[in-house]
Amino acid sequence: MEELSTDVKVSTPTALNFFEARKLCIIFFLAFVMVAGGMVTICLGTYQISIAEVYSIISTHIFSPDIVDSLDKLENTIVWNIRFPRVIMAITVGIGLSVAGTIYQGCFRNPLVEPYILGVSSGAAFGAALGIVYPHIFISIQLGAFVFALLSVFLAYSLARSRGQTPVVTLILAGIIIGSIFSACVSIMKYLSNDIQLREIVFWMMGGFYYTQWGDVKLTVPVVLISVAIMWFFGWKLNVLSMGDEEARALGVNPEVFKFIFIVLATLVTAICVSSVGIIAWVGLMMPHAARLIQGPDNRFVIPTAALMGGVYIIFCDTIARTLTSAEIPIGIITAIVGAPYLIYLLRSKEKEIFG
Amino acid sequence: MLKVDNLSFGYNSVPIFKNISFRVEKGSLCGLFGPNGSGKTTLFKCCMSFLKYNSGSVSIDGCNVKRKKIEELAKLVAYVPQEHKPPFPYLVKEVVLMGRTPHMGGIFGISEDDKDKVREAIEMLEISHLADRPYNQLSGGQRQLVLIARAMAQETPLMLLDEPTSALDFCNQIRIWNILKKISARGTTILACSHDPNHISWFCDDVIVMYRGGLVAKGDPKSVVSEQLLSTIFNDICSVGYMDHLMMVYPKNIQVGCPVAATNNSSP
Repeated sequence: MEELSTDVKVSTPTALNFFEARKLCIIFFLAFVMVAGGMVTICLGTYQISIAEVYSIISTHIFSPDIVDSLDKLENTIVWNIRFPRVIMAITVGIGLSVAGTIYQGCFRNPLVEPYILGVSSGAAFGAALGIVYPHIFISIQLGAFVFALLSVFLAYSLARSRGQTPVVTLILAGIIIGSIFSACVSIMKYLSNDIQLREIVFWMMGGFYYTQWGDVKLTVPVVLISVAIMWFFGWKLNVLSMGDEEARALGVNPEVFKFIFIVLATLVTAICVSSVGIIAWVGLMMPHAARLIQGPDNRFVIPTAALMGGVYIIFCDTIARTLTSAEIPIGIITAIVGAPYLIYLLRSKEKEIFG
Repeated sequence: MLKVDNLSFGYNSVPIFKNISFRVEKGSLCGLFGPNGSGKTTLFKCCMSFLKYNSGSVSIDGCNVKRKKIEELAKLVAYVPQEHKPPFPYLVKEVVLMGRTPHMGGIFGISEDDKDKVREAIEMLEISHLADRPYNQLSGGQRQLVLIARAMAQETPLMLLDEPTSALDFCNQIRIWNILKKISARGTTILACSHDPNHISWFCDDVIVMYRGGLVAKGDPKSVVSEQLLSTIFNDICSVGYMDHLMMVYPKNIQVGCPVAATNNSSP
């Protein structure tokens, strides 16, 4: 009997390990794919440019900006002023929406929550529409979208909260209610708008990177990356939080404080992404699932993996959107068409692994 | 270790319990016994300061829990909830590692020491074979063991368990209580609530009995768990007998419905 117990003690430390090296390798691999994919996608388009040209133009701008004038004017404009900011924006939005989805799912303890389920998208759409129709209300359309996105989440969450708890079903219903209210408000705005404004609202809502310029990139990238970094930093707390409020408390994580931090940051990221590029569906729901499938549910690894996969996915979809036909297809259509079969596949084959 | 003085709590002026006072000595395995709805879980939640009690005080290791931050309290007391299914398939080792949260810092702040503590807890509860399985695919008994392992890894001087055996089969109930005895023998103070008088009398060093929002008895379970006490709180349906010197609480007036069983019992 004694021999047996010592035997167990010797064998278990090797059996019980934490496969972190493998998970980190996957993250580095995805980062490489994202950077390489970004470079390749800059080459593609109606005007083909070689990858060496792309590299030289970008590195000239970054490392020796004083000799930019020596570059080919046309190629320089296409790469530096059109495609490069667009790819940066696509990656940022992919990262932002995927991480926001991961955070919402963890906070609300429900793997089916997506960044828009609390009405963020409808709120942002209303804010943007309000900004388009009455330009003097907000300084910018983005500010309007952000304020109303935050408001919609706040309303949905406080509507669902009763006696210190937030039941998932109530939360989803609250999100639907708030979402439909704001959708109705968007309809009012469309009704009140003139032809040019209506066109602008509709285009805004279909989503796309057509108008991306350096100005948008400079506003969006820091907000998204800093928020994502903070959320990643608290990744382990999100694990604990997803076990439930009381358990989080017992394990030394203040659920009210951390839920507040997570929801504010995730809403900030979603709102700024939505207000820059419109409503892009599926990414925030799919990428966390895919990341969990590869890395397991530990959010310290799910957050960066989902972020990088989201970046890759959006540049892939955006490249299809702008190269498949001579005219541009709104990217929301592509992400849904590519994403829906993937989610059906998950539902049919991997249900157990994801939903337990 | 745990000192509760004149504690009262009520939801919206509906009192749940009133003027509860007791102490749990360091290193003892104390049972909190009472029928369903007697306020055991609520009392626990007050001790963990999940709920803000109306009057009285709770102190752990001499510190008032109301004045403690959540982070500090988590180093003093571990809480084992009733087993439940989380929505994400965390692996058993990850769930146990969550117990180390109060001792961690930063993003990848999981040290070798934390991992060693997790291994130790998993070995102590003999669940090494489950370490790489998803927690939410285990059976109820296995999940309860994992939660106890997590509380072990938290390395607190006090551990509170909310009906650790209520959803488990007979074998797992006895297993859990034996493990609790083992943990308390290592110096951890344990307060576990239960509505099974047998478990209390077989395994606990001390017992606190709650009934209808008040404390009706406390002390050595062998003398406290008596036919008189049980007839008060369980509506006169229990008898207490002995079987090889082991105290047994069993129900009165059970009709022996199965004739085969009856003849088997009478034959020797």
